[in-house]
Amino acid sequence: MPKAKTNTEDYLRMYRQMVRIRAFEDNANQLYLSAKMPGLTHMYSGEEAVAVGICEALTDDDRITSTHRGHGHCVAKGAEFKEMFCELLGKAEGYCRGKGGSMHIADQSHGNLGANAIVGGSMGIATGSALRAKLQGSDDVTVCFFGDGATAQGLMYEVMNMAALWNLPVIYACENNGYSEYTKTEEIAAGSITARAEAFGIEAHQVDGQDVLAVNDLTQKLVARARKGEGPFFMELMTYRYHGHHVGDINREYYRSKDEEKDWKENRDPIIRLRSFLVSEGIATEDEIEAMNAEIEKDAAEAVAYAEAAAYPPVNEVDMHVYAD
Amino acid sequence: MRNITLSQAVNEALAEEMRRDPKVFIIGEDVAEAGTPFKVLSGLVEEFGTDRVIDTPIAEPGFMGMAVGAAMTGARPVVDLMFGDFIFLIMDQLCNQAAKTHYMSGGKLTVPLVLRTNLGATRRSAAQHSQSLQALVAHIPGLKVAMPSSAYEAKGLMKTAIRDNNPVVIFEDKLMYQDKAPVPEEEYLIPFGEANVKREGSDITLIATSSMVQVAEKAAETLATEGISAEVIDPRTIVPLDEKTLLDSVRKTSRAIVIDEGHQSYGVTAEIASRLNEKAFYHLDAPVLRMGAMDVPVPFSPALEDITVPTPERVVENARKLCAGELIHAA
Ligand SMILES: Cc1ncc(C[n+]2csc(CCOP(=O)(O)OP(=O)(O)O)c2C)c(N)n1
Ligand SMILES: [Mg+2]
Repeated sequence: MPKAKTNTEDYLRMYRQMVRIRAFEDNANQLYLSAKMPGLTHMYSGEEAVAVGICEALTDDDRITSTHRGHGHCVAKGAEFKEMFCELLGKAEGYCRGKGGSMHIADQSHGNLGANAIVGGSMGIATGSALRAKLQGSDDVTVCFFGDGATAQGLMYEVMNMAALWNLPVIYACENNGYSEYTKTEEIAAGSITARAEAFGIEAHQVDGQDVLAVNDLTQKLVARARKGEGPFFMELMTYRYHGHHVGDINREYYRSKDEEKDWKENRDPIIRLRSFLVSEGIATEDEIEAMNAEIEKDAAEAVAYAEAAAYPPVNEVDMHVYAD
Repeated sequence: MRNITLSQAVNEALAEEMRRDPKVFIIGEDVAEAGTPFKVLSGLVEEFGTDRVIDTPIAEPGFMGMAVGAAMTGARPVVDLMFGDFIFLIMDQLCNQAAKTHYMSGGKLTVPLVLRTNLGATRRSAAQHSQSLQALVAHIPGLKVAMPSSAYEAKGLMKTAIRDNNPVVIFEDKLMYQDKAPVPEEEYLIPFGEANVKREGSDITLIATSSMVQVAEKAAETLATEGISAEVIDPRTIVPLDEKTLLDSVRKTSRAIVIDEGHQSYGVTAEIASRLNEKAFYHLDAPVLRMGAMDVPVPFSPALEDITVPTPERVVENARKLCAGELIHAA
């Protein structure tokens, strides 16, 4: 990890955002286990440094597209717990008035164009957002989040080709967590993932996705260059999901070992790593960190209670929003 | 007869056909060790190996296209498409390639493949994992479309599909995978284009597909307690469609409701209703009614999702009105 900069606020905010994501997911998992959440959801726990490192390098005008594993991106881009939990429970006060649920949360106010339940489905959207920025002369950048599994979709290569031809301000952020569903990445990805981007002349980087400062540092540089028309860029972020593919994927030993999970959780956890950095650099004391954690846990618990008590959308909303006015 | 789940029935059909014909193989995402997220294919890779139960990357257009090519050159692939909603990703390979090849080649080339996928809402899976898209493929000449309504149909139709020399799309109801039904131990096939009269009746015909067959049967039970005798018919395949059985029934009862979980507009219900109007008009005492899913993307919120699909209560209500001669504005 790099030496502490003078701007310690950034570090503390990154820590806070990662803990907020973890707290959100722990509560979401609990809602599922206690049968209070309709349907299934995909946990982001373990991958926090990716979303936070990247989104902390963006402004509200910059856009992101997200995935089925999207809670982390949503929180990192600035979303509120209350509206998110309401959406997870299908309540009217959710970000999408309960219509989208976990796999479709979008937060227009912070530039989150939405989670997506089609693997690879957002690659065209992200690249199109970047095309719009170029056509309209805005300097915002779009980050496209997707998993290692999504690199198998042909759409990705169609849009990377165009993004490279037209120097679009888009950053492709591949979250390589080693698995797509119940299959290891090496069984579904031939050759090198970054080399695929390089074949289009796109500058590609592989980065430790458990090191939030490294992710943030690289993203800041790439975003600044993308704003000047030097895009697109590609990042492969090496990371790991702690839970199953979704909350119902409990018995996982047929596709990955408990030892492997334990190793990532105990030795490479992005929150533990940043925490020890903050303490050793004198940026925060253990007590201050504990206080921050407790405050976030309380926030999350309050938001859950709020969402549980919140109202469902009135039934007359069912055919509202099919067409825009 | 033993009872087995719809999931086991599909598994058995595939295993039997793969034992019978070495040209049959399965291809799709997480089909091998994982046996699909719904665990429908569990155990098949152990028996048939990874050359015949092939895990793919997440590349639906790619493996669908490869299945078309394999089918054209002598294999009989069963493509596993994890969710019916992903049909939109493979439309070109399915509709421009697989469906037309036999015709365009003047009958010289064939594409004997099965696309196994699913349909159905109310699983709280939101708009991209809940659609019932059978009408889309039924619209394309060259594709056959089967819609099993229980474990018994799922097995018999799957075996027929694998032996058919055309591309066949089978939609299973994902909410039905754990539902048990009597399934014979001995081998049987269910021919395409043969509807099944599930319940005989004389006042009204309820024509229902897949997930909606149970809905129609429940409605018929309630109607019986009110003195309305409803006939329930499951077409089993919508392409080819057993028009004769449907028409015979409607000529007898003089009223009909068609129920399918796809969107109502331009849907399966519209097609069947219009055939009944064209061919049984003078036998009808009331307009044929369509009941499909509401014309909205499937909402996530349970409070909204549940009102988008036909329920037994709403079928009963409509049947009651039709039989009383009341005019109905489609539900
Ligand atoms: C087009 C499409 N195919 C298949 C699926 C089913 N599915 C959902 S998530 C997933 C795995 C995605 O893996 P990856 O892109 O690595 O993301 P991760 O879940 O690891 O974050 C699959 C196959 C889907 N939602 N969409
Ligand atoms: Mg992955």
